[in-house]
Amino acid sequence: MTNAILALEDGRIFRGVSFGASGERLGEVVFNTAMAGYQEIITDPSYKGQIVTMTYPLIGNYGVNDEDAESYKPFVEGFVVKEYSKIASNWRSKKTLGDYLKEHNIVAVEGIDTRALTLHIRQAGELKAVLSTTETDEKKLVEKAKASLGLIGRDLVKEVIHPKKFEWNPKGKYRVVAIDCGIKYNQLKELAKNNCRITVVPPSTTSKEILQMNPDGLFLSNGPGDPSALQHIVKTAQELIGKLPIFGICLGHQMLGQAFGGKTFKLKFGHHGGNHPVMDLKTRKVAITVQNHGFCVDIDTLNKKEIEITHINLNDQTLEGMRHKKLPIFSVQYHPEAAPGPRDAEYLFGKFVDLMK
Amino acid sequence: MPKRTDIKKILIIGSGPIVIGQGCEFDYSGSQACKVLRQEGYHVILVNSNPATIMTDPDMADKTYIEPITVEAVEKIIAKERPDALLPTLGGQTALNTTVGLAEKGVLKKYKVETIGADIRSIKKAEDRSLFKEAMLKIGLDLPRSDKAYKLEDACKVAERIGFPIIIRPSFTLGGTGGAVAYNIQEFRELAKIGLESSMISEILVEESVIGWKEFELEVMRDLKDNVVIICSIENFDPMGVHTGDSITVAPAQTLTDKEYQIMRNAAIAVIREIGVATGGSNIQFAVNPDTGRMVVIEMNPRVSRSSALASKATGFPIAKIAAKLSVGYTLDEIPNDITRSTPACFEPAIDYCVVKIPRFTFEKFPAADPTLTIAMKSVGEAMSIGRTFKEALQKGLRSLEIKKSGLETILFKDCLKEIKADGETLEKIFQKLRTPNAERVFYVGDALRAGVTMDKIFELTKIDRWFLYNMKEIVELEREIAELGGSLPTKLLLKAKQYGFSDRQLGMLVNKTSDDITALRKTHKIEPVFKLVDTCAAEFEAKTPYYYSTYDQ
Repeated sequence: MTNAILALEDGRIFRGVSFGASGERLGEVVFNTAMAGYQEIITDPSYKGQIVTMTYPLIGNYGVNDEDAESYKPFVEGFVVKEYSKIASNWRSKKTLGDYLKEHNIVAVEGIDTRALTLHIRQAGELKAVLSTTETDEKKLVEKAKASLGLIGRDLVKEVIHPKKFEWNPKGKYRVVAIDCGIKYNQLKELAKNNCRITVVPPSTTSKEILQMNPDGLFLSNGPGDPSALQHIVKTAQELIGKLPIFGICLGHQMLGQAFGGKTFKLKFGHHGGNHPVMDLKTRKVAITVQNHGFCVDIDTLNKKEIEITHINLNDQTLEGMRHKKLPIFSVQYHPEAAPGPRDAEYLFGKFVDLMK
Repeated sequence: MPKRTDIKKILIIGSGPIVIGQGCEFDYSGSQACKVLRQEGYHVILVNSNPATIMTDPDMADKTYIEPITVEAVEKIIAKERPDALLPTLGGQTALNTTVGLAEKGVLKKYKVETIGADIRSIKKAEDRSLFKEAMLKIGLDLPRSDKAYKLEDACKVAERIGFPIIIRPSFTLGGTGGAVAYNIQEFRELAKIGLESSMISEILVEESVIGWKEFELEVMRDLKDNVVIICSIENFDPMGVHTGDSITVAPAQTLTDKEYQIMRNAAIAVIREIGVATGGSNIQFAVNPDTGRMVVIEMNPRVSRSSALASKATGFPIAKIAAKLSVGYTLDEIPNDITRSTPACFEPAIDYCVVKIPRFTFEKFPAADPTLTIAMKSVGEAMSIGRTFKEALQKGLRSLEIKKSGLETILFKDCLKEIKADGETLEKIFQKLRTPNAERVFYVGDALRAGVTMDKIFELTKIDRWFLYNMKEIVELEREIAELGGSLPTKLLLKAKQYGFSDRQLGMLVNKTSDDITALRKTHKIEPVFKLVDTCAAEFEAKTPYYYSTYDQ
């Protein structure tokens, strides 16, 4: 039994027991309220730079399987739970969560009062933290957390992307170029389901190179960190406005917001979970959506003559979706590809294909 | 949408007497409905034959009829009161059946009474097994193979075709009455006959057995704008074959990946839309093959149910209250979350604890009753508990049953916990108690683990998911560790035991001390319970009117 300590930059300490790799990791600590789907969460590239705590206390119950990863490896900096299940019980399970985390060198801790931690984040905001199985000096750990980089202004995208461009579903009819900022596999699967052939390109790809591929549409993926640190991608998107149908999700939506001249800001504590109600302002219907973002496009900074607000979050009235009034461009802050979470918004991939017809 | 102003007088049918299979949960839901509809300014007429209910208290409805809940009696009330609408979905199966009876007799048409919540077509589609099957096949959902029969000889032919074991389900009954499992043709003949007799329309469904499959339930709500949300998922500890009312059940689901859960969620949404329950809550049951993951729909209740009462308390989302509001035209996004006040009711509760419901049996009061648990409900009540872990909630629940158990206590090894030696006879008794579901099975699972029976063997005999068994094993192992210490109880172990849900009394018994000794010991070590919130949102938002459960955490 190895002890582990989670130390926050404001001096708060949580002690538990390690169930992953040994070592020390820095990151901003965030909570996720999804009750299932830890495998997808751990492997979501958007969590680069973040230590994730699950509010649901019993984690690991169904193990880890070969199908549910959202990228080629886990990206969370650290993983914090109340009780880790040493048994994995599910017909698809291939290994326990603990073994999987050790294999991928992810530091994880159980035995933490995750509700107390969540309350602390809700009140103090998302904090820089360190999770360590090696250092026992609390003061040193707090100093390390304080001195860490945090998320603001950092380009984390370059740390999660696929190094080379690749094709997905080569038999698809509609040719989509997806700028990989940390793309989740289920976005690709959903596009493929809608008869798209996707060329996934690194974010350094220029607008000219993209146009040379002669695509029917451009897709801007999710990804980690601060959109303000990604001006080169914003510029690429800006140059393609008016030239291609564009669909953006999460970070892709934030970058589009900036490309439209809007501003983004950091939420006190982000939306991470699978139960956020989002209203479609046209139909007035509500979708239960999956969310994973710490930054947000400021509604007030968008030029309403060009941009229509299409969706809002009913919990806090923040922007959830927008579209260009004249051009075939739209984006959402939430995750229609779900994984993990409700699939109410899957139809948006079909809407994107409609724009390419 | 704002509330409807074209209806003014609403008739609510209560659930009548409390019987096995239908407890006071429908008094709870009906009372909520009365309160809400009166607050909204509607004139509420209530009929319920049971005066020992909250809903028949003088200030609950504008007018209360304590009359038999029969088509004839309710017809007279309708003729006298001339209500604009009838809300049939909050009074359990009795209210639903009576409403169908009223519609079929032409009473509703004659007096121009509109059913709100669920209309007659939806009720029939959900309740009539063949219509239900047809509807499920239409939306591409898998079901156990089955066929219906009206005569014993036809039923036997169907049974031979499907193969044993076989479930016999009579149409239109209360609490699963008359439903049974047959393992051979002799048993089948006997049970099918009873089934045909207990059905209001002399119809039974002969069905492929999914006994031993994992059982799940989803509580679903829908509004007039077709917004649909899942309030709670429930996983049964006792697999298929034991009536849900007699099963230990756990919320939320524990052993499904998100992929599998979302397939179930999508199926549940498709079911409520296809059946056509326009507003309010429904309960949809699924079975999942533990080896292959094949998922089948078992049934749907187009009304609030026993499980919705549990789901309400488990999540903080008041299903009956919201269902009543939805029935008069409000939509989910227009109703505030009862607990946060600042966010809407159009969401899916996130819970950060584990809820366990354990049925309470009183077979000692019914000496002639067969204490084997089957698909007809036999429990007379239940205890619900909340903990941060399944272990904690399970032990809390067991001691709340008032059956003189202070947790997952042993039955067979009371005097020899330190060194358990189970002889062949004892093991045979344990196996017997595991093989056939019974009121004490959970305790025998504990004793099987104490006796060193492997989880695989216990699973083979019970089909209780290994995840539950493993958690029980952890309880039993800690119990032994404490017993072996023989008196002293180190702080760390004491804290762990409290987090595993051991009571002071239970710990006292293990170390030959009194309950008070352990309490005093705890206090010297500052191991005291804290109270955590049931807030619908796992602490994401501030809670204005939460409720609390005790636990041993920070």
